[in-house]
Amino acid sequence: MGNLVEVENLRAYYITQAYGVKRTVRAVDGISMTIREGEIYGIAGESGCGKSTLLRVLMAAHKPPLTVVEGTVKYVFGEMVVNALEMSEQEISDLRWKEISYVPQGSMHVLNPVRRIQDQFHDFISAHRQVSKRESREMTRKYLTELGLPESVLTAYPHQLSGGMRQRVTIALATILWPRLIFVDEPTTALDVVVQRGVIQLLKDVQEREGSTIVLITHDLGVHANLAERIAVLYAGQIVEEADARTILKTPRHPYTHYLIHSLPDLDERVERESIPGRPPALDNPPSGCRFHPRCPLAIEKCKNLEPQMVYLNSNHRVACHLVTEEIGLVHDAEKR
Amino acid sequence: MTLLKTYIIPRILQWALVIFIGVTLTFLIPRLSPINPVEQAVSRLTAFQTLSPEATIALRESLEDLYGLKGSLFDQYIAFWKRVLSGDLGPSFSSFPMSVNAMIANGIWWSIGLLGTAVVLSWVLGIFLGTLAGYFPNRLWTRVMESIVIVVYPVPYFIIAFTLLMLFAYYLPIFPLVGGASGTPSFSLGYFGSILRHSFLPAISVIIGATAFRFLMAKALTTSERTSDYVTYAEIAALPKRKILGVFIIRNTMLPQVTDLALSLGAIFEGALITEIVFSYPGIGSTLYNGIISADYNLIMGITLLSIIGVATASLLVDLTYPLFDPRVRLR
Amino acid sequence: MVIFRDLLRFSPSFRIGVILLSLALIMAALSFVSPYAPDDRRAVPRNRPPSQEYLLGTTSTGQDVFWMLTFAVRNTLVIAGVAVVIGRGIGVLLGMTAGYLGGWFDRTVSTFVDSFIVIPRLPLVILLASILRGQLSMLGLAVLIGLLDWAYPSKRYRAQALSLREREFTHTGVFSGMSTFKIVTREHLPFLIPFLLADVVSGFLFAIGFEVTLSVLGLTDLTAQTIGTMLYWGNYYQALLSNRTWMLIPPVVATIVVVVGFYLISIGLSVYLDPRTRLARLRVKG
Repeated sequence: MGNLVEVENLRAYYITQAYGVKRTVRAVDGISMTIREGEIYGIAGESGCGKSTLLRVLMAAHKPPLTVVEGTVKYVFGEMVVNALEMSEQEISDLRWKEISYVPQGSMHVLNPVRRIQDQFHDFISAHRQVSKRESREMTRKYLTELGLPESVLTAYPHQLSGGMRQRVTIALATILWPRLIFVDEPTTALDVVVQRGVIQLLKDVQEREGSTIVLITHDLGVHANLAERIAVLYAGQIVEEADARTILKTPRHPYTHYLIHSLPDLDERVERESIPGRPPALDNPPSGCRFHPRCPLAIEKCKNLEPQMVYLNSNHRVACHLVTEEIGLVHDAEKR
Repeated sequence: MTLLKTYIIPRILQWALVIFIGVTLTFLIPRLSPINPVEQAVSRLTAFQTLSPEATIALRESLEDLYGLKGSLFDQYIAFWKRVLSGDLGPSFSSFPMSVNAMIANGIWWSIGLLGTAVVLSWVLGIFLGTLAGYFPNRLWTRVMESIVIVVYPVPYFIIAFTLLMLFAYYLPIFPLVGGASGTPSFSLGYFGSILRHSFLPAISVIIGATAFRFLMAKALTTSERTSDYVTYAEIAALPKRKILGVFIIRNTMLPQVTDLALSLGAIFEGALITEIVFSYPGIGSTLYNGIISADYNLIMGITLLSIIGVATASLLVDLTYPLFDPRVRLR
Repeated sequence: MVIFRDLLRFSPSFRIGVILLSLALIMAALSFVSPYAPDDRRAVPRNRPPSQEYLLGTTSTGQDVFWMLTFAVRNTLVIAGVAVVIGRGIGVLLGMTAGYLGGWFDRTVSTFVDSFIVIPRLPLVILLASILRGQLSMLGLAVLIGLLDWAYPSKRYRAQALSLREREFTHTGVFSGMSTFKIVTREHLPFLIPFLLADVVSGFLFAIGFEVTLSVLGLTDLTAQTIGTMLYWGNYYQALLSNRTWMLIPPVVATIVVVVGFYLISIGLSVYLDPRTRLARLRVKG
């Protein structure tokens, strides 16, 4: 499997100016990653860690005040390599929905409240394909049936659907043109557990059908455990750890990852769950050194001043923590560069 | 059925309440004033012109009927409602024995024409321009338009009308100073042309005032609508701008605009009254002005009642179209 | 004061608004040093065009237009000010009470408020004023205008109260046993003051508009100098038909300067009130 998305040292800041006060929020601050063709790549982290911002830039949908100050994002479509951050508006809109699609967060409000579902499908399909209203209706009907959604949805308005149904309709709306790459943002927030399972299954179905690549963003590690093949953990705009899902969930190396996993309720072991002490830092003024150090119970003197380098434990597992470096006494990062 | 119960019936009750309050106020106002309007009116009228004894008696009687010197306050109130419901507004004092109904009938179509044009045009124009301005906030023409609107919006209708009158009828005499038409009424092209020429400035000044408000509201609504989840999503999906504006933004900003139109009809109506007075346009505004000059209370009262009922009813009709725009009200 | 300084520095509309309004206030202040009494007719020769001696000309009643205008601006502002205090007073009281108490009281008040908004006020006022003709003093006019303009404000204050009631600190206050009065004055008032300022401006716009309209129709105390009565007398002596526009232009321009000045200030304030820009400020300082 080849790479589909290559991200190199990406920095994206919100730069605002109001009443003479300039403010820079470093939402994405030095992220490198590759997303492989056909995988489900999970990005985890608390709210406010820069997940959604990262996703915005990954799909080249960032608008001021969000500005990319450094780094590159490349799409590798077979032979063709596209520099995502240098595309014209026309090039971007040519890629959208046909190649790159998006299931947004909070699907409660992403559907136009005054438009029937089938008309909304027409709005989206006809933006990228030459279709008549009848053709798009037929396409929609067929696709929804394939995904196991009731046909009555077609003529309904969004307010007549339940939250779970709305989310499934949104997933269908995002994937009807069989995109290669699908960005999914918090697909299960505000849904109850049974409905969540349905949504997760639907995403699996969509991915298996055409072998699409999914980039899944959620704070919910349970969802990641169900879907993702590899997981990156984001903290304060930076990747602190990345590995295959199993490794991250079973043997996390970064203290933050550890906390993130153990803040999940564990039904089998009935242990008191540890919540993460403190709050995520404000990104307009991040802590010095390791950004996690004010909340890290294991922090040593070094963590306060020195930013940890990325350490490669193996080709799949990397982590940015001074403790891990001390432990294995090696910094692989230098040779990697 | 639920639509009827949750929307239409409450709205009709509200309409009835508006009319009830309006008519009651109209009834109470002359009573609460420290001056006896009947005696004042009679003395004023007899001072200006000699009335025949029968006319004076009829006048005094109708005055007493309306302002109430007969029976208890409650009896008077009932009698007042009877008159209102039967649609008989009594005789005019200044043009006795002409009835107030007849005087209003003379002007009403001129007013409805002016007001109707102004309401429809300002609504369409204001929403169209305001939405574009909200969607393209940094374009040059947006800034130009906005600056014009900022200067026009806070200016009272009277000053707008008067400024236009001075500019385009006095300094640059393109349009006639006053009146509704010249020549004798006929179905000739010339007569209609003259109506248009005479109506142009009054219409423009009402339209300018009403459009400025609609523009600002449309712009504000569009600005907030642009950041709504569904518009952001449609933009990410690279839907054509025309579609985003038409199907996503305007369709949704229409909803508060319809509600607000129903609420602001009264203000536009007031603007039209004032404009008619400035341009001596032959609608009920001018009829009202004649009423003021000749102290014709009965005429003023008739026009007051008619305006309250007319505006409340028009506002009800606008509100009743709301479910057509909003499926959330229509289908629950 | 910090707010005022920031707005002056960073909001062009606020700056221009302050300049225009200061101009109006200077005009109003000049009335105190006027060489003529406001009601002194035949103080100067009649119908003179603007000259060095009579800056804006003289009226058909033998008054100096410039000095007359100073009184007119002052009186119109005073009338509007009184009307604003009355209208906002009723609006704040009714709207906030309804918003805080909720329940049947809120429903009743809201229904009545919605009804009042629909009723066209001008004909009613004309009816009242034409009965009171000649007896409607400046103060009476101010009270009358104030009594007309409470429905929309009370609707807006109700909405404010509703949103404040749901905020975190309200719940904290309630649980820690603060009285409603204390919560409103200590916790909520600071949020309401900027909102109130913007609303006061819209009150001024309404009041000035109504004053001008009623006076032009000849329904107010025509011996008082206001912007509206200046226009009334100008029209009465047919200034337009006899080419004496210098009597009409000053009050028209004065109205535009005052209302546009007020409006620009309110634009500056509301941009400042915008939660997005405000949030950006508050975070940096906090």
